[in-house]
Amino acid sequence: MPKDGIGASVKRKEDYRFVTGQGAYTDDIDRPGQTHAVFVRSPHAHARIASVDTGAAAAMPGVVKILTGADYAADGLGGLPCGWQVTGKDGPMVEPPHPPLAADRVRHVGDQVAVVIANSAAEARDAAEAVAVAYEPLPAAASIEAAMADGAPQVHDEAPGNLCYDWEIGDKADVDGAFAGAHHVTRIELVNNRLVPNAMEPRAAVAEYDRATREYTLYTTSQNPHVIRLLMGAFVLQLPEHRLRVVAPDVGGGFGSKIFHYAEEAILTWAAGKVSRPIKWTAERAESFVTDAHGRDHVTVAELALDADGKFLGLKVDTKANMGAYLSTFAPCVPTYLYATLLAGQYTTPKIWCGVQAVFTHTVPVDAYRGAGRPEATFVVERIVETAAHEMGIDPAELRRRNFVPSDAFPYQTPVALVYDSGDYEGTLAAALADADYNGFAARRAEAEARGKLRGIGLSAYIEACGIAPSAVVGSLGARAGLYECGEVRVHPTGSVTFFTGTHSHGQGHETTFAQIIAERLGVDIDAVEVVHGDTSKIPFGMGTYGSRSLAVGGSALSRALDKVETKAKRIAAHLMEASEADIEFADGQFTVAGTDKSVGFGDVALTAYVPHNYPIEELEPGLDETAYYDPANFTFPAGCHVCEVEVDPDTGAVEIVNFAASDDFGNVINPMIVEGQVHGGIVQGVGQALLEGCVYDEDGQLATGSYMDYTMPRADDVPSFAVSTRTTPCPHNPLGVKGCGEAGAIAAPAAVMNAVHHALGSRGVARIDMPATPARVWQALNA
Amino acid sequence: MPTVNMNVNGEAVSGEVESRTLLVQFLRENLRLTGTHVGCDTSQCGACVVHVDGVSAKSCTMLAVQCEGADVTTIEGLADGDTLHPMQEAFRDNHGLQCGFCTPGMIMSALDLAGRNSAPSEQEVRDWLEGNICRCTGYHNIVKSIMAGARAMAAGQGG
Repeated sequence: MPKDGIGASVKRKEDYRFVTGQGAYTDDIDRPGQTHAVFVRSPHAHARIASVDTGAAAAMPGVVKILTGADYAADGLGGLPCGWQVTGKDGPMVEPPHPPLAADRVRHVGDQVAVVIANSAAEARDAAEAVAVAYEPLPAAASIEAAMADGAPQVHDEAPGNLCYDWEIGDKADVDGAFAGAHHVTRIELVNNRLVPNAMEPRAAVAEYDRATREYTLYTTSQNPHVIRLLMGAFVLQLPEHRLRVVAPDVGGGFGSKIFHYAEEAILTWAAGKVSRPIKWTAERAESFVTDAHGRDHVTVAELALDADGKFLGLKVDTKANMGAYLSTFAPCVPTYLYATLLAGQYTTPKIWCGVQAVFTHTVPVDAYRGAGRPEATFVVERIVETAAHEMGIDPAELRRRNFVPSDAFPYQTPVALVYDSGDYEGTLAAALADADYNGFAARRAEAEARGKLRGIGLSAYIEACGIAPSAVVGSLGARAGLYECGEVRVHPTGSVTFFTGTHSHGQGHETTFAQIIAERLGVDIDAVEVVHGDTSKIPFGMGTYGSRSLAVGGSALSRALDKVETKAKRIAAHLMEASEADIEFADGQFTVAGTDKSVGFGDVALTAYVPHNYPIEELEPGLDETAYYDPANFTFPAGCHVCEVEVDPDTGAVEIVNFAASDDFGNVINPMIVEGQVHGGIVQGVGQALLEGCVYDEDGQLATGSYMDYTMPRADDVPSFAVSTRTTPCPHNPLGVKGCGEAGAIAAPAAVMNAVHHALGSRGVARIDMPATPARVWQALNA
Repeated sequence: MPTVNMNVNGEAVSGEVESRTLLVQFLRENLRLTGTHVGCDTSQCGACVVHVDGVSAKSCTMLAVQCEGADVTTIEGLADGDTLHPMQEAFRDNHGLQCGFCTPGMIMSALDLAGRNSAPSEQEVRDWLEGNICRCTGYHNIVKSIMAGARAMAAGQGG
């Protein structure tokens, strides 16, 4: 193995530019003649727009153009599309129009009404304040409960009762039958709190139109520029793709929130054509809070039936999910196909039913956020399993062991559609328990009690379906596009390599990980490999990065492209050495004729591919540049166990995480350093959900947590260091044997933390506490 | 418009600014030093931290005109040619960054700590980072980076 090959903790190639301040994020881009855009946004959760008067604003210094919803409607362009159709019990979901600029009604605080374009951002901001919008405020439904109440204010006329869909999976009567014979039934109610993803880089965009070539270019903070080009070109602005370039340069974190096609991208591109000057927009953080798609927001009741030995007999889950005011790009699939299909967890639960009602509310749209459905599923399963264990007096680890899908049972068909491909749930449980010193907990609890503190320990044995996605499967589930991935390996004449990938890196380190795979396979130095992503003019196609798919799907496309490179290079080597192609062996960058000492290096083959003197051109095309598309056969199923130990101060309600151990099975690991970093970051987002973060709307639909002063982001002193490790069962159906690691922490951690909190508080009779378990909530629960 | 003069990364610079222009806007827009980032509007996230007269400061919370005559150091002023500053090197060695957006502020803040405390404990680092938010790393490797960077600086490797 080369020193920088697969399995090595190679220092990241991208870091030099980031630690020296040379990263090039969207807001760092300035184009000649650039103007600046500021959006006029609704201060009301729900209102009729009586009029928009731009006269005074248009006369202000530096103003270039003001465009309103009426202007957009007059151009006859499209609304923002939804990429996934869910069909419920009563037919297809309700899919109301989503105009990029509201013309007659606003439906959430932050809904955009007009855009002001001026020579400077300050001038645009000043003029935006002078745009006079006459609103007629209407009653708002700002929560699931309010939206489902009789006589609730209607978000869309098309959606009576604010219902988007009423969907189910499983046979409810059959599951009820399982409950009839149960020895014990555990029932829980829970809230999966609404979160704001909060990538540290606010969304931004720069759009320009070249009158000479009639080409539009959009620089945008996106996880998937080709998807944006496809949606915006084909559905919204009706621009031909060959004259629409979308670039996602360095992007400062995404966590799902930068998957979606946002109104600002379309409006800027549309407006750039009108003013024929580049336009830049950068969100202020307060604007991000009211326009970036939020995450989670479920209310759930779940019941688990067990026999006398603690074997699970059946699971029933009833969930209400908040869609927000409009359907964001992938919103409908999150509380259905990415959620209910994971409710088997790591267990052999034979019968499962889940019903999901998705409702519109006068709030920011809700869509995929790190984990997307799978954290919600894990939270339900792992909270109810832990609760059942305590109710039945069975050790929570032991109850899980009794119900695990055994490691010799794969492939394993669950009752909720998925076929798990591989795993070792006993193994990750045992490793996490060992790292957490589970057996020593009782002594630590006694010691804490002596100091007046309450200790608890909680487990979360999670599973996720990643590597989105097998196209035929997701097509049958309502996805309006297949989810292939593309990779192009271009070997240059001197033997250096550029890899073009349709995935996008916004912190994940693809420039290093993919280069390691290439270094390993071709025997080239890692510094001779460049990874290019994020530009539709350079990369053939790509579905981008989300759902922990980059390595499992994009890496597999790379692997296939490398297969093609190797095959062709062997033919060229055979020609060079006047040998039979079948006799050529390739290892460590050398092509050798088997059984001889004749060999030729990869660089010589590359040079011959491009500038040969004597080449069998009739039989073999010159060039060494291969593209492959990959469609996974199945999802991948990363799984593992996280164990959290907390100490609660009953006097203040403060919860301290005193230990956190994670054992994860991500399949084969390319770069352990990067994988550990992904787990750390995911855990802290999960801890944030469990203890700190919660998006609060008041009943009028005003966002009460609209800045970092009010929305509690995890900080360095809120969390400890973590003990993370991996155990490997390779994925059997992709060429690298990889499963994906980006979301695991955020999926596993909330249940581990909340199980620990409930364990700590259980000794004081507290049965239920919702996330975030803030000091105020914990203290109130202890003193209720 | 007022003219402001200051030393940025060892070079004398001046520019016309509006009175309301923030230091971060002057750095990013007038000087095109885009390594200093803006992550929030409430002085919470610390992506904009620079040094003003040797002390870490949030450049989104100072007016450019406040820095008249000041010595300002940004992330672009740390490396010596292609040789990274030991704190930059420590962040790279310890995977103390992912998306890189908070990183310049983290490094500038860390340098101020290392100047005051050459061997900070984990808890001292965590407490110091109260004013810097990272959404990617979970802080685990940032803390490791800063502890290692402070040690390397104390050992005299160019700090």
